[in-house]
Amino acid sequence: MINPIKTFVPIIQGLQITFAHLFKKPVTLQYPDERPKVAARFRGLHALNVSHDKAKCVACYLCPTVCPAKCITVEAGEDANHDKFAAVYEIDMLRCIFCGYCVEACPVDAIRMTGEFELANYSRKDFVYSKERLLEKK
Amino acid sequence: MDIVILGLPMMYYIAMVAKVLVAFVFVLLTVAYATYAERKIIGHMQVRLGPMRTGWHGLLQPIADGVKLFFKEEIVPAQASTFAFLIAPLIALIPAFITFAVIPFGGVIEVAGYKIPLQIASYVDVASGKVFDLNVGVLYILAMSSLGVYGIVLAGWASNSKYSLLGGLRASAQMISYELAAGLAIVAVFMLSGTLSMNEIVRLQSGFGGFDWYAFKQPLAFIMFFICSIAEINRTPFDLPEAETELVSGFCTEYSSMKYAMFFMAEYANMITVCAITTTLFLGGWNGPLATTIPLLGPVYFVAKVYFLIFFCMWLRATVPRYRYDQLMHIGWKVFIPLGLLNIVVTGIWNFIIQ
Repeated sequence: MINPIKTFVPIIQGLQITFAHLFKKPVTLQYPDERPKVAARFRGLHALNVSHDKAKCVACYLCPTVCPAKCITVEAGEDANHDKFAAVYEIDMLRCIFCGYCVEACPVDAIRMTGEFELANYSRKDFVYSKERLLEKK
Repeated sequence: MDIVILGLPMMYYIAMVAKVLVAFVFVLLTVAYATYAERKIIGHMQVRLGPMRTGWHGLLQPIADGVKLFFKEEIVPAQASTFAFLIAPLIALIPAFITFAVIPFGGVIEVAGYKIPLQIASYVDVASGKVFDLNVGVLYILAMSSLGVYGIVLAGWASNSKYSLLGGLRASAQMISYELAAGLAIVAVFMLSGTLSMNEIVRLQSGFGGFDWYAFKQPLAFIMFFICSIAEINRTPFDLPEAETELVSGFCTEYSSMKYAMFFMAEYANMITVCAITTTLFLGGWNGPLATTIPLLGPVYFVAKVYFLIFFCMWLRATVPRYRYDQLMHIGWKVFIPLGLLNIVVTGIWNFIIQ
């Protein structure tokens, strides 16, 4: 036999909860109109830091070494002052897992991660970010 | 206005057409905006917003949905029984709408010297001044609600799909078992009223300034009838015929376009009808303070009560999860039917003592 108290009391309690929720402020973010507040330490798209109008990167190969997804390609070059610099610096965003190990590994603070998270694109090749595109992100 | 057709004045026919149009448009609009209200209310109960992007706060959403469904492709499955497949949504939709014919939504109003009772299937006899309506109104409602099952069963059978068939089977079993309990709950009301005419039942509840409701005299019957009605129209928490988790979409799995929209409309029209019947039988119909002196207040009270019950249905949907099938049958056969019989016996003894 069904116990009426055990059957109806939980339903009434549930009704109270849903009714109380009716007057709460909705948590929905109206995304394209409203922008989310990105946290300061959010790990989004990478950016190469600049110093004296040049990328700080010295092509030490620590970031492609530490990268667990193997998405960073670096090729070293030598400039007029016989300084080492990154002639090629590419990050494949389709493989990147946004772990931030490259930022941690960098000895000269040449790479950081921005709050940029809208990385959608139309073709696969557009996801490979070259040195120029990474420098553009200030 | 002296033209007489079949012994009735011209005004009778004009009033009849007007009443049918008003009631039909009212139900259609309520169906459209009940879908919107449901999405909004359940959204806010889940601390979401609900539709927001079509029109101001999503107010044009039902129209957008309707246009979208209208332009969708009509698909009839290759092995389906075409005629039954096409006719099933109509069979589901029509009984949901025509039940409104016997529901009184107001008192008697006077237009150009002619008295019009606000109930579709009724008229005021000029000679005696009495209101005549369908004297077996409740039986008519019970008959129509049973007809609605055929649409769902036919849809399930004609689709030639296992999901649809199981949905149709579940729907028929569920609706038949809960109709018994709902019928037993109404019997207790008849024992108090002594009539099956909806108009009379409403009139008998007009005491105490319009608050002499049968819900207070028969609280058990009221709760039982409302729960059984929700089960009979397959709404959550009793929506097993279209349980997504196991049956995809139940009896309407194979339906698309306007035919699917018709099932959707039938579901919401049924909800409105059931809420209107509950209002009429238990919540005093259009009765309320001053409703007899100001006739136009009647429809206002009626609509307010019906909308409150519709809100309650949505509230319940946001709260209670779906019952398991054996639980559903257990509640129907082992709880509600004995309780209904007991209620009838107690009401009978009580009536006997009072007399």
